[in-house]
Amino acid sequence: MSDTKTSLQPADAADDPDVERLSTAPEENDTAPVGIGVLGWLRWFWRQLTSMRVALLLLFLLSLAAIPGSLVPQSTNPVKVADWKNAHRGITPLYEKLQLFDVYSSVWFSAIYILLFVSLAGCILPRTWQFVGVLRAQPPAAPRNLTRMPVYAAWHTGAAPEQVDAAARRLLGKRRFRVAAGTGPVAAEKGYLREVGNLLFHFALFALLTGFAWASLDSGSGTKIVLEGQGYSNTTTQLDDFTGSRFYGIDDLDAFGFKLDGFTAEFQTSGPAAGTAKEFVANVRYWEGADSGKQKNAKIEVNHPLEVGGSKVFLTAHGFAPVVTVRNAKDEVVYRGPTVFLPRDSNVTSPGVIKVNDYGTGPDGEKTQLAFQGFFLPTAASDFTHTGPISVFPAAADPRLVLSAYVGDLRTDSGLPQNVYELDNKAMTQLQVDGKPAAVNLKVGEGWDLPDGYGSVTFDGYQQWANFTVSHRPGNSVALLGAVAAILGLIGSLFIQRRRIWVRAVTAPDGRTLVEVAGLGRSESARTAEELAEIAVELQDDAPAADEPPGPDGPADDVPAAADSPAAAVPTAPETKE
Amino acid sequence: MLLAQVDTQLANISNYLIYSAMTVYTLAMFAQIFEWTFGAKGGVAVRSARQSSLAETVTESAEAAKGVRKVTVTVAAQGGGTTTLTRTALADAGATTVTSGRGDGGPADGVGPAGTNEKADLVGRMAVSLTVLGMLLHAASVIARGLSVMRWPWGNMYEFSCAFALMMVAAYVILLATKKNVRWLGLPVTVVALLILGIAVAVLYTDSEQLVPALHSYWLGIHVSTATICGGAFFAAFVTTLAYLLKDRYEHRLAAGLTVRAANLMERLPASGTLDKLSYRINAVIFPLWTFTIIAGAIWAEAAWGKYWEWDPKETWSFITWVAYAAYLHARATAGWRGRKAAYLALLAFACWLFNFYGVNIFITGKHSYAGV
Ligand code: HEM
Repeated sequence: MSDTKTSLQPADAADDPDVERLSTAPEENDTAPVGIGVLGWLRWFWRQLTSMRVALLLLFLLSLAAIPGSLVPQSTNPVKVADWKNAHRGITPLYEKLQLFDVYSSVWFSAIYILLFVSLAGCILPRTWQFVGVLRAQPPAAPRNLTRMPVYAAWHTGAAPEQVDAAARRLLGKRRFRVAAGTGPVAAEKGYLREVGNLLFHFALFALLTGFAWASLDSGSGTKIVLEGQGYSNTTTQLDDFTGSRFYGIDDLDAFGFKLDGFTAEFQTSGPAAGTAKEFVANVRYWEGADSGKQKNAKIEVNHPLEVGGSKVFLTAHGFAPVVTVRNAKDEVVYRGPTVFLPRDSNVTSPGVIKVNDYGTGPDGEKTQLAFQGFFLPTAASDFTHTGPISVFPAAADPRLVLSAYVGDLRTDSGLPQNVYELDNKAMTQLQVDGKPAAVNLKVGEGWDLPDGYGSVTFDGYQQWANFTVSHRPGNSVALLGAVAAILGLIGSLFIQRRRIWVRAVTAPDGRTLVEVAGLGRSESARTAEELAEIAVELQDDAPAADEPPGPDGPADDVPAAADSPAAAVPTAPETKE
Repeated sequence: MLLAQVDTQLANISNYLIYSAMTVYTLAMFAQIFEWTFGAKGGVAVRSARQSSLAETVTESAEAAKGVRKVTVTVAAQGGGTTTLTRTALADAGATTVTSGRGDGGPADGVGPAGTNEKADLVGRMAVSLTVLGMLLHAASVIARGLSVMRWPWGNMYEFSCAFALMMVAAYVILLATKKNVRWLGLPVTVVALLILGIAVAVLYTDSEQLVPALHSYWLGIHVSTATICGGAFFAAFVTTLAYLLKDRYEHRLAAGLTVRAANLMERLPASGTLDKLSYRINAVIFPLWTFTIIAGAIWAEAAWGKYWEWDPKETWSFITWVAYAAYLHARATAGWRGRKAAYLALLAFACWLFNFYGVNIFITGKHSYAGV
């Protein structure tokens, strides 16, 4: 048999099989399938799968398989994936075939962990039955030859054997060993919690997996940009985007809503990290259900989401929305209000587009549409000849709106969905002055008379917006419970040592009593020896050693030298810590 | 939540303290080098002499005092031999003396870097004192750094490196304090601490600053502090594993009658069996804490990003490290892997840890915003 057997014990395993199996790990057997037929092979396969060797192999594979996912961008980050695909066109199809952009949901990754968990189930369930059996049973009786146990001590005493046995029972009981009932040689065991811990740990892994699975089957999240002063109610029509899962679709959204009363951001104003955010706070009023009557105040901060109606609302980004008023050639107001611009860098340089669909007729009397493309800069650089329009600080210290204008067809009626943050200028022409594209850099309150009599635009001010991620993820508590149980189980499994101690007192040929104590631990830990020594010393209160203490070379006939004992095969496990 | 301004004076004090700590560590390192060099003379044979004299003392006292209780336990040793452990208790005093002797079992533990040379031992003790002093200065520096910004002082690579080096030295000092025979660990620990601090000061240094809001969470304090503790301990186990591999090779070559190198050095190291066990114990003790670290990180991620696990590179590598250590423990507990095979696994697991700290931050960009170098 292989080196994977856990229960290898020193000593006469042949005549004391029961004693020797301190471990409750299922016995392994990798003989090739007996008999022919599918059943034989299945049984063989099952035994292989639930063997320790395969468990170990699968663990290795799991960690190996996790590596590519940290090196290749994953589709949870579509932008990065797209960039990568652009840069490595040749190899992309192969990577796609190998599911390298979705490692953690790929067939091969799933196969590994599913096999691992099947193996785990096949291992842990029988172990549990066996352990229940062990708990019901008495600690096994002393093996015939105690000298072959990994730790052993002996001495002669004048006390009667029954006296010694009784004292040993008392002593071991006091040390909270479980002592087999009856009289005669004493058998005791301690440290059952180790096995409990080990089983708890492995079961907890299932709880973790359940939590993961639940979350991935029944969760969904969406994002929504909300302007200061604006409200939001949790429906798909209001969300900017939404990703669901098998059991959580657009019809399952939790009913609630909130109104963003204000957003504040604080930044570092000096030092090398100037511009680094110190805090972001969104002040909201929210309600549960469809009725917005009962509102409560709350603050949403980074790291402090709002929990409402089965969902959590996270603050994930913020930015500005310039407020403009656009007038057409006839000086009628055709557009007024804030337009969300999306930040491009950490100083919130925000490119954006303002589309005026209902412009009406142009100076030439033809029906047309108007659009502005440009930047909102919370704190504009003093000069951007070389850089293009950029902001140098993320807060609005010197807000500017840089715009250029287009007229023509926005193609919003083409039926194709359009990105509101991008301009489709295929059917538009840019307004020009003296043959060059016309552009303007506006302060708050300033206006721009468009070239060629196309009307005007005024920069009335700006509003802040906050981007929220609304996320529904069940199963968190299951996963957390599993995690806590796993840690507790590990602590039990790694720090508690299971060991047995036997005491036997017999009348020797010379009329004195020979006291033998022996111990068997699940590791080669020296502490079993120390514990045994302590117990033996205490036992000598009741069974004082006779003058000549028999050491290993004491009564030679009783205590053969242990040198030839197969002690190397002592079962092993982490050390105890008590 | 409003954050305090950066207290530049305290930040400067922190910098001075780290330089002082490095100076003291350097002195400790030289002291250790002296210890190893002086100790080279005649370190081998004397141990058994010391042992036998101890045994004599015990026997004498056993004869002297009436009512003494004494037990000698035979312990089966790894290599197939036996060792003995003797426990003696005087009836009235209640105190017990333990002597462990070696039968025909495996090789005995070396006495330590000082050998039996008294001068070397003195220098070695000085080195320990210096290491402790350096550790105190080092700790003061980390605390001052934290106070200067009123937050946990591990928000960037510089701070994390300092904290990690501190935990490494602390792991060594704790092992010493628990009366483990680990003086030999002093030299590698101070050398590596100096290396890490050197890199931190010269390459990774960043001024004391506040953190981006994503890092404002008490889970950061919990998650990162346990991560540094784990790092320190994993490192101690790593050095022990290396020492095990060297010593094991030495013992095997010796047994096979082959030529051995650096015999003098090797003789002063603990026996390979002891080293093997020690590295295993450190790893086993710290593994639950590493598990907790990952879970604390997941809880924090849940609060910050809405998902407790996103396979961000840092998370992925923590997971890989965790599975690697789990495989190591598993191999020892169930597959009976021991010695060299297990040691290679432990080295592999530590390599994963190291890559998670340096490699991921430098080569891979993820969501962990402090990762910037
Ligand atoms: C899901 C992946 C798994 C992980 C992360 C894992 C982790 C661990 C760890 C860390 C230990 C050490 C604790 C100790 O020594 O007591 C351990 C022990 C053990 N595991 Fe696993 N394990 C996994 C799967 C399995 C499987 C599939 C089996 C069975 C085929 C198994 C059976 C055992 C056994 C028998 C022990 C030894 C317990 C002892 O020493 O008494 N484990 N496992």
